[in-house]
Amino acid sequence: MRKVVFVLAAPLLALAFAVLVTTVILLVSGHPPLETYKQMWDYGTQPDSLSLTLNLSTTYYLAAIAVAIGFKMNLFNIGVDGQYRLGALFAAYVGGTVSLPPVLHVAVIVVVAMLVGAIWAGVAAVLKNRRGVSEVISTIMLNYVATGIIAFLLTEGRFGVLAEGSNNIGTPVIPDSGHVPGISVISGASEPVYGLILLAAAVGVGYWWMLNRTRFGFDLKAMGLSPTAAAASGINAKRMVLYVMLLSGALAGLIGMPQLLGSSYAYNLDFPAGLGFTGIAIALLGRNSPIGIVFGSLLWAFLDVSRQILDLTGVSKEIVTIMQGVAVLSVVIAYELVRRYGIRAQQREVGRQLAADAELAEAAA
Amino acid sequence: MTTKLGLPTPGEMVAPLAVQKRTVKLTGWRLALVLSSLVALLSVVRIITGAQELDSPGTIAAAIGFAIPLGMAGLGGLWSERSGVVNIGLEGMMILGTWGAGWAGTFYGPWWGLLAGVVLGAIGGLVHAVATVTFGVDQIVSGVAINLLGLGVTQYLSTLAFPGQPTQSPQIPAISTFTFPTIFGWSLTDWCADIASNGWFFVSDLASILRAITYDVPYTTFIAVLLLPVTFYLLWRTAFGLRLRSCGEAPYAAESLGVNVYLHKYVAVIVSGGLAGFGGAVLATVLSGIYREGQTQGQGFIGLAAMIFGNWRVGGLASGSLLFGYTQAMQLRSGEAVHALLLVITIGLVLFAMWKAYRRQVTPAIASVLIAGAVFLWYRSTDVLPDQVAYVTPYVATLLVLSLASQRLRMPAADGRPYIKGQEH
Repeated sequence: MRKVVFVLAAPLLALAFAVLVTTVILLVSGHPPLETYKQMWDYGTQPDSLSLTLNLSTTYYLAAIAVAIGFKMNLFNIGVDGQYRLGALFAAYVGGTVSLPPVLHVAVIVVVAMLVGAIWAGVAAVLKNRRGVSEVISTIMLNYVATGIIAFLLTEGRFGVLAEGSNNIGTPVIPDSGHVPGISVISGASEPVYGLILLAAAVGVGYWWMLNRTRFGFDLKAMGLSPTAAAASGINAKRMVLYVMLLSGALAGLIGMPQLLGSSYAYNLDFPAGLGFTGIAIALLGRNSPIGIVFGSLLWAFLDVSRQILDLTGVSKEIVTIMQGVAVLSVVIAYELVRRYGIRAQQREVGRQLAADAELAEAAA
Repeated sequence: MTTKLGLPTPGEMVAPLAVQKRTVKLTGWRLALVLSSLVALLSVVRIITGAQELDSPGTIAAAIGFAIPLGMAGLGGLWSERSGVVNIGLEGMMILGTWGAGWAGTFYGPWWGLLAGVVLGAIGGLVHAVATVTFGVDQIVSGVAINLLGLGVTQYLSTLAFPGQPTQSPQIPAISTFTFPTIFGWSLTDWCADIASNGWFFVSDLASILRAITYDVPYTTFIAVLLLPVTFYLLWRTAFGLRLRSCGEAPYAAESLGVNVYLHKYVAVIVSGGLAGFGGAVLATVLSGIYREGQTQGQGFIGLAAMIFGNWRVGGLASGSLLFGYTQAMQLRSGEAVHALLLVITIGLVLFAMWKAYRRQVTPAIASVLIAGAVFLWYRSTDVLPDQVAYVTPYVATLLVLSLASQRLRMPAADGRPYIKGQEH
């Protein structure tokens, strides 16, 4: 029971604080906060919005897991953003140029995305292991290099073709055999939910299983909690860095898949960017836990969808971005405070027991 | 490496001496020599290829212009990291700076805009300091959060400040510029422009540089350049600086000597935010003349890269900023000039190989010659380079420097580690 309170205390405190800050900002700028929240809730719970929320959260979930797997061992893969965009571009190009039977086609596309993502992340792992380059810096740089490469490749004559009747350049459209059909989950919604929501669920279960039921997961958590203890127990740190980075990159490759195989079928100039950073924020909100991230990504997606109504009511929808930012920052602070409080409580407990033992010994003497 | 008593082992005693013997001290004369050979190299390539834009006054002025914002962000990073706080929130603080300049700049004038940029950036720094220093949150995590927050806050504020067109501000009034005055009817700047346009070897290139730094230079450039020696003096020549840097090297040792580590880290991170904000404000006021959403485009990260490239030193940071500013300026030039850069790289690599061969370091020498050959082939087989090459240059250069010279780089020893008073383990 105490543990449950401990786990929930930090995110609830942080959310409350984020709502408080948002409320104050709304009040200061002269909008009624309660009414604004109600409008967002009403709009966000319509069937179409819910369907959209599930779609967005599928993508967000994959992004957050890709980030979390590294964060769990204090390996900061800031480069998820570049990895997924590069992976999606290559996957879209391959998917749009080959012709294969239905299931195989999808499999090839997904494998290409994972491979490209893993290779791009692997660069950072090799630089870290062989040359001691901090993965934070190298992945930030690799993000921009990826942007350059994508801009270079996504031109006519290379990977790009001009879409009919527009200036939007994209990869060749993936034929039907490479599409993943949607699932109707919410009644009354005009658009179905991405079929790959099942993939996200499978990734979540796999991540949970890996963390809690495998030696690899144990090593990973050990390295995150105490690198020195991990080294003493014989964990090969360099190998872990390489494997986790490759895994993180491969998962990053999946981020673009729901969108690519479920709705856009091509990588074009308006393919969503910046999901890697959203993933970082959600991983922090969900504390790198497979279940925590479910809530984190659902909440984030719900806010992203429901804020669309705000434009009609005269409140600027960027208020939600502030809310999200404040939530992330305060959640990490709250976790740290709760952790410190826990340590102090533990120390007091130990102190009390030691004192009791000493009294007993004295009495016996 | 060290024994239990903390005494260095014999191997360690020898190592620093060996290093000392090999590092060359950068005196004023050597610096002048390096710079003039660089100018000579550019000059040779300019004459061979005929790409006048390689170092025309316009190019150099643009390079300096681009170098200022990212250099200020890098200088901010230097302050923060020297006190032991990694600051990848520079980008967010810079965004705050651009907005501050856009808002106060359009409503109260450009100088107020710059001040607002500094203040807003410093507030970003304060948030980072509260999270990382007071609460001990992971510094990378906090930096990422600040980047998110900086974007969100400015977007929101824009809708309040610039209703109707919230993604950009009205035109910010221009900041006054400095031009070397005409003395008795003789104008230094015109004279320089004349010589520069003649295309003479070396002399024209020097004239081109002189023209760029005497004609139409915004006063912010002087402030920014002045901040470099000021930072160097404060951090390396005062007791305050020694204490601040000791917080980044060994905070618990500093604490045992009575240094208020929290205070010094706070000051450093707030100054860091202020500098990044100033960089953003210059970007908006001087380079664009307008605040536009997303106009920083990762300049904060390039600044961070310049600082690492410069080995956490002021001089290195300045040269890194100039180099990266130059590559950005080249993006706006003709493809011909960018293409000519390949020849510059080829010759540079050959010279480097000769230097390595002279030092009897065979492997790097051969490697450089091979790369030089490849670059030269690239130069001969193409006429123009893709635009993206100049775009990725700062990032690739940083990756190369980090991976090839990582032994020579030395970041502050306690950089990135959380510090809790009285809790040394």
